[in-house]
Amino acid sequence: MNRIFAATDAKISNWLIGALFALSAGMGVADENPRDPYEGFNRAMYSVNDALDRAAIKPVAKAYDAALPLPVRAGVGNFFGNTGDLWIGINDVMQGKLADAGIDAARLLVNSTLGIFGLFDVASEMGLEKHEEDFGQTMAVWGVPSGPYLFWPFIGPRTVRDTAGWLGDTFVDPVWSVRTRTAAVRNSLVVTRYVDVRASLLPADKVVEEGALDKYAYIRDAYLQRRRNQIFDGRPPRLDD
Amino acid sequence: MKKLFVFLFAGFVAASAVAQEAPDVLIKKVTDEVLEIVRSDKDIQNGNTQKVIDLVDKKVLPHFNFQHMTALAVGKDWRKASAQQQQQLTAEFKTLLVRTYANALTGYKNQKVVYKPFKMAPGETDVLVRTEVLQPGSKPVQLDYSLEKLDAGWKVYDMTVAGISLVTNYRDQFAQEVRNGGVDGLIATISAKNKSLESNQGKVDKK
Repeated sequence: MNRIFAATDAKISNWLIGALFALSAGMGVADENPRDPYEGFNRAMYSVNDALDRAAIKPVAKAYDAALPLPVRAGVGNFFGNTGDLWIGINDVMQGKLADAGIDAARLLVNSTLGIFGLFDVASEMGLEKHEEDFGQTMAVWGVPSGPYLFWPFIGPRTVRDTAGWLGDTFVDPVWSVRTRTAAVRNSLVVTRYVDVRASLLPADKVVEEGALDKYAYIRDAYLQRRRNQIFDGRPPRLDD
Repeated sequence: MKKLFVFLFAGFVAASAVAQEAPDVLIKKVTDEVLEIVRSDKDIQNGNTQKVIDLVDKKVLPHFNFQHMTALAVGKDWRKASAQQQQQLTAEFKTLLVRTYANALTGYKNQKVVYKPFKMAPGETDVLVRTEVLQPGSKPVQLDYSLEKLDAGWKVYDMTVAGISLVTNYRDQFAQEVRNGGVDGLIATISAKNKSLESNQGKVDKK
């Protein structure tokens, strides 16, 4: 049974990829960008995502942003931030940054207790700075190449390495592993976090809207630059002009 | 006589210190000055883009080297452009960047800017000044300025926000336009973009 499905899936995906390549050839993306070999496919996915965003996600994020006063929004952000600090610490250990990992552990401890289940980021006030780490960055530090750039529906831009990293992050994500009989709590947590993250990106929308000649390319290049910056913890070596 | 000499020397040192203000001091001075104005101006807080653009024009732009910024954004094709095309490109790119940057300033409310420790070797002519923007309820945003030393003092030639260069982020888009329509095509595209932004702004301001 599984085998049949696999075969059908393979056929469908072959057909899909073929169709998309035909599409991209038809769109006249002749000279391909070495940083974005699947540009035709990615642009198609980008359009899908953009339509989804305009129709549903962005309006919800806007309503959320308008409805919640700033302290409440900060509390939501802090709460989810706190649930991520353990995995951030583990990634710091995997990258050999033990001092940073110690800070992450202290943050988790302080914010879960003094910060009332993470609603207040007391640790930052104490000078324990939050770090930005994930499994994609850890793999980059280990020397795993980034692979081509991809654009996914819902989760947006990810290189192949970051896609694998995202799967790893999701697998150990405490929010996804909340176990309740109905899974309703888990689902509403996942959705709230998604909306919260989208709402935090609303100001950036305007910059892209006004600044970009080609929004797709602007977002791609911003993503690649930002990831490079994160991998080098805010101090990337200079590229030759 | 000796006294006069010392006095003259001190005067000379003071004068050159004013002319060649250290890059981190310059960034701090300009940022504080601009934010102070934004904070106290009701029109700007209500989203009057033109007023911010005028402010940026007057206070910020004298410290930027737009020619260098544009050359960086255009990349390899810059050398293909004639002197006149380079001038046009610089003017159009400046308009585009200023508008985008000015809009970010109208959204400024409770943010605070923190200046990271800055060290510079003597004789250095190209430096990075690092700052961080703190806002309640979200992660601090890294905001760095690249400056170069020219005869007229230190000038900014690149700005990165969370590691994203506002300048080199245009490189692929610009290269694409040059491939499609040459340097003149690129000039025309940025110019059309600026015009459409300007007419949109007219609509918003009237509301």
